[in-house]
Amino acid sequence: MRKKFAIEVDCANCAAKIENAVKALPGVNECNVSFMAQKLLLDADDAQFPSVLKAAVKAAKKIEPDFEIEL
Amino acid sequence: MTKKQKKVLRRIVIAAVLFAALSVAGRLAALPWYAWLALYLIPYLVIGYDVLRKAALGVVHGEVFDENFLMAVATVGAVALGEYGEGVAVMLFYQVGELFQSYAVGKSRRSIAALMDIRPDSANLEDAAGAVQTVDPEDVPVGAVIVVRPGEKIPLDGVVLSGESTLNTSALTGESRPRSARAGDAVISGSVNGDGLLRVQVSKAYGQSTVARILDLVENSSLKKARAENFITKFARYYTPAVCLAALALAVLPPLALGGGWGVWVRRALTFLVISCPCALVISIPLSFFGGIGGASRCGVLIKGGNYLETLAHTGTVVFDKTGTLTRGTFRVSRLRPAPGVDEGDLLRTAARAESYSSHPISKSLREALPAAPDAAGVTDVKEIAGRGVAALVDGRRVLAGSAKLMQEQGVAYTPDEGVGTVVYVARDGAFLGSILIADEIKETAPAAVAALRRQGVRTVMLTGDSRAVAEGVAAQLGLDEVHAELLPADKGERVESLLAARSGGSLAFVGDGINDAPVLTRADVGIAMGALGSDAAIEAADVVLMDDDPAKISLAMRIARKCMRIVYENIVFALGVKALFLLLGAAGIANMWWAVFADVGVMVLAVLNAMRMLAVKK
Repeated sequence: MRKKFAIEVDCANCAAKIENAVKALPGVNECNVSFMAQKLLLDADDAQFPSVLKAAVKAAKKIEPDFEIEL
Repeated sequence: MTKKQKKVLRRIVIAAVLFAALSVAGRLAALPWYAWLALYLIPYLVIGYDVLRKAALGVVHGEVFDENFLMAVATVGAVALGEYGEGVAVMLFYQVGELFQSYAVGKSRRSIAALMDIRPDSANLEDAAGAVQTVDPEDVPVGAVIVVRPGEKIPLDGVVLSGESTLNTSALTGESRPRSARAGDAVISGSVNGDGLLRVQVSKAYGQSTVARILDLVENSSLKKARAENFITKFARYYTPAVCLAALALAVLPPLALGGGWGVWVRRALTFLVISCPCALVISIPLSFFGGIGGASRCGVLIKGGNYLETLAHTGTVVFDKTGTLTRGTFRVSRLRPAPGVDEGDLLRTAARAESYSSHPISKSLREALPAAPDAAGVTDVKEIAGRGVAALVDGRRVLAGSAKLMQEQGVAYTPDEGVGTVVYVARDGAFLGSILIADEIKETAPAAVAALRRQGVRTVMLTGDSRAVAEGVAAQLGLDEVHAELLPADKGERVESLLAARSGGSLAFVGDGINDAPVLTRADVGIAMGALGSDAAIEAADVVLMDDDPAKISLAMRIARKCMRIVYENIVFALGVKALFLLLGAAGIANMWWAVFADVGVMVLAVLNAMRMLAVKK
């Protein structure tokens, strides 16, 4: 499943770091974070999607405490 | 300004006032150092508490090397060395820079959102009884009837049932000429209705409608990153830890080696840290690409990602599939050449009447060239001569209309016409009336478009299924570099393959009209689909979508791409250059903390301003 989320991230470097961190998570096929569009694209297997998403948000908040996501 | 930005602005003002007051007080009053420290801590914490918090959280989470960490270490270090004012000032300038950056980015985002303001808010759904209610476009099923009032955006793709109006598609195509719409015409969502009221039968659900697809495409484009963008993020990953280690070495090694002087070297290390902050690069590169893609979409050029902008900038060869890109793909009478003493109207009318029963495209274009449908009443005894033309009795006189071969076979003394296209020779009662040239019309903007590409140093190649004579005629008229004629559809793919294999240096762009060329569009380095509004397959397969069918947009897109890449490289070279210089100066002790603040915030502001030039695209 591929899904796009609206996010709030304040710095371009954090966006890039979040992208890399989420890409490294198990179960993630693809992840793309656009700082300019304030969007996060997550592609993960259907069955695992909710848990992968949760892990992704956790990883993102760890990098950028002010990270917000519209689920 | 957003709430967040206003809050930061307030903190900056408060901290700046306090800082100024303390600086003045410092000259007048004499207080012990701990009192000054306590006083300076007030503006410091006002302006820097969030940076300190994030830096601390970063350390806890094992995300040590980021801007916050750099700033926290540099300012805490300054305070620890007794330079209270300097600590506050650096933090203050850092926050001013961050605020400016966030404001600039927000402004770019908004201006691009405004460019792409094509999202319809509502649809007027008509029910079976004829009553109209306002609903969300997403709730309108296919086959439903919607009413579009004057001045409204058409919310969904459909076909006009009744009403007549003109549509403004400038938000979609960048083209301001209105299109007419009447019953039976297909209309595209996102265009703005003119004066008339239209009833439209919906042919696509909102998600598949043109508007939704375009918005999706623009939004996704920032997710496809260019190499330069990826380079910067990779670079930042190694750069920040490397500078931190270098700063540490600068603080520790020289005093150990030379003995003593700790204060001096720690200060230099802190200066070094402030200079090194990579934000100028990290922010200005994506901003440039975002601006480039946004500016292009305002001109009706949709670029699907920063990576394609990059490839487009390096395009060395443009391959056109002739029909639909350089020519209109419709046959028209382009020239009449009557025999001496024959009237032009007579020539055309005679030919059209003789061919009035034929369904051949050539006959159709003859009929279309007349102001009114030709009078078929007096036409009898029509005989189609396969591959030659037509013989018929028109008002009792024997008319021949067809190729040169027909004239030769019938023994007519004709004047050969060397025009490019299909020539129809006409004779009446054995006497030659003249010739009519029918050609696939070259688009008005095509010669200028090709010339513009050639000026940009691009090799232009045309592929076509037409005969060699026609192809070479078009190529000569347009000034193309290379022509491959008489190709079957499958040959075009092979020809592009061999051009791809033979290309040296620059990348290869393929321009098609989106009909039957999806595989080739995908195969080229950049696939450009033109006039693609409403053609799903083309929008899907292409990397760049030209919303209208103007070939001049290709060179415009390349100009935008090149400008974007130039700005990107300017920023990379400028930011890294200034930083490298100041890092050396800082390490040598020549650049102090104030220079460092310029190297950080000043460079960032300049780079962002440079990147924002991308938003201003001349049409």
